[in-house]
Amino acid sequence: MADFETPEVREHIHIPKLQPGVMESSGPFIAKPDHQEPLGFPGELVDNWEQKAIDAMGEAVKKYRGLAVFMDSCVKCGACTDKCHYYLGSTDPKNMPVARQDLFRSVYRKYHTPAGKFLSKLGLEWLIGAKSMTKEVLDDWHNYYHQCSECRRCSVYCPYGIDTAEVTMAARDVMAQVGQGQKYSNEIIGKVYKIGNNLGLPEPALADTLEGLEEDIEDETGVKVELPLDRKGVDILLVTPSADFFAEPHVDGLMGYAKVFHEAGVTWTLSSKASEAANFGLFIGNYENMRKISLRIREAALELGVKRIVFGECGHAWRVAYSFLNTLAGPFDFLDQNYPIPQHICEFTHDLIQQDKLKFDPSENDWMTLTFHDSCNVARASRMGDEPGGQFRIPREIIKTVCNNYVDMAPETIGEGTYCCGGGGGLLTDDLMSVRVKGALPRMTALTNVVQDEGVTHMAAICAICKSQFTKVLPYYNLGMDMVVSVHQLVSNALILTGQETDEEDEEQTAEAATE
Amino acid sequence: MPLEVNGKSYETDEEGYLANLNDWSPEVAEALAKADDAELTENHWEVINFLREYYEEYQIAPAVRVLTKAIGKKLGKDKGNSKYLYELFPYGPAKQACKYAGLPKPTGCV
Repeated sequence: MADFETPEVREHIHIPKLQPGVMESSGPFIAKPDHQEPLGFPGELVDNWEQKAIDAMGEAVKKYRGLAVFMDSCVKCGACTDKCHYYLGSTDPKNMPVARQDLFRSVYRKYHTPAGKFLSKLGLEWLIGAKSMTKEVLDDWHNYYHQCSECRRCSVYCPYGIDTAEVTMAARDVMAQVGQGQKYSNEIIGKVYKIGNNLGLPEPALADTLEGLEEDIEDETGVKVELPLDRKGVDILLVTPSADFFAEPHVDGLMGYAKVFHEAGVTWTLSSKASEAANFGLFIGNYENMRKISLRIREAALELGVKRIVFGECGHAWRVAYSFLNTLAGPFDFLDQNYPIPQHICEFTHDLIQQDKLKFDPSENDWMTLTFHDSCNVARASRMGDEPGGQFRIPREIIKTVCNNYVDMAPETIGEGTYCCGGGGGLLTDDLMSVRVKGALPRMTALTNVVQDEGVTHMAAICAICKSQFTKVLPYYNLGMDMVVSVHQLVSNALILTGQETDEEDEEQTAEAATE
Repeated sequence: MPLEVNGKSYETDEEGYLANLNDWSPEVAEALAKADDAELTENHWEVINFLREYYEEYQIAPAVRVLTKAIGKKLGKDKGNSKYLYELFPYGPAKQACKYAGLPKPTGCV
């Protein structure tokens, strides 16, 4: 299946020699009319698309003032060039953030700056690097703007704070508006509208899955822990990525949340309407779709009459929730104002740990040595708790409470400077496998180092995309696909439920039975 | 690229999944596997049949956990684990087995 080479892992993250054009391709699959139309986009490339793209670009720079500033303020200092995991893994110079941005900026310069307009009349626009909107440019956009995971690592190092993700989002939105969307993201958004989640998991299947998980927890612990669906009048609505109902190790995390809620003594529910935390409207840079997806959460919260909203382990969902939910779907004046609106499941669990309300046996995780992958959207676009850096501290404190063996990866690869998993921002699709594998190189390098030097056996994450991406790409780097775990899976392993049968009791009972 | 089976042509998507679920038949499944250089044994068929039954009831492929549990109950504990399923379907039971069972590919963060 693989028709590309996995890059070589070196001792340190290495700045490679440029290979121009090495990642040139036709890009990801293009959305079909069935995927485009439910989102309000034209089914296919429209007539006169060049002019419509130029107009849509003009609208975008007017509407998003940040974008206009990013277009005008780059001084080509080069600080971002070696900060992108896709450049480091692929060696293609167009994956240097400045070069990728320039695919958009050069068209902007021609049509939307006074200098560009003037010089175009003289046929001299090339003097300022301005370019016409042509099919060749569109193809480059489609290809290279789907080799950016909108992770914003480059922005951390930009002296002007230019946010590459915003440029990628704007380019993708312009493309979708003229009829050339990306199949993966747009098909998924359609499923949210039609069925309620990215997976397309209908309510009966969700109910059956949750029932199965209740059985599993009871078999394992002897305690009946509920995973309620559409239960009205409870305290908390849990909104979690639908991958938590489906994939490994995501589902182990979901069982962890359920156990924590149970032990906290709160009432809670999942919703079949808001059975998705993810919001791919962010990835495609389209405000209307992002808003429409967010409103489902508001509607579910109102219908169920909950007092609080808690988000499960999902990176970009937390960005949308933490940074934008109130303006997209607020005001949330009907929720209990004594709690964060919304709250992250890690904040919830961490609070209980601070109050000494949970009992753990961390030796249950002794067979593992853990490290933690900071997910890009949590790290650079949100926070947890009420102190700066809470999004780094809180998940680590949870892990260290429930595990005895923990080691961080190299400091420049975590925290604010964390490397993307390689599959974020709408790239988690098989048609972009070479991009995903190559983009994972810096993280795989940092991980390999702690595996070899510190004996790390597992890497925890708090993002559904990170978990799925790692499961898929780890084997390309000679690491086991089951190395990746959910943070609340670790919590689940160590948490002692009230009334739980422990292994020791089991042994005692067996011993008693034997003496009798 | 259409799939040819016994002189009949079936529409597939970019990745070789059947475009119309109703086009599926055991012969089509064999042909889909053959296109990937895979051969379907009795063990593969046990999984494929379960997937189709589940899909008929729930309109979606089962989660890996549901699949392993059901296979374990039906065929014994030695088969009720994801290692066994990955041996049968190295590109992932959710995706590869769904393809041969004629079901749509699971989408999302999976």
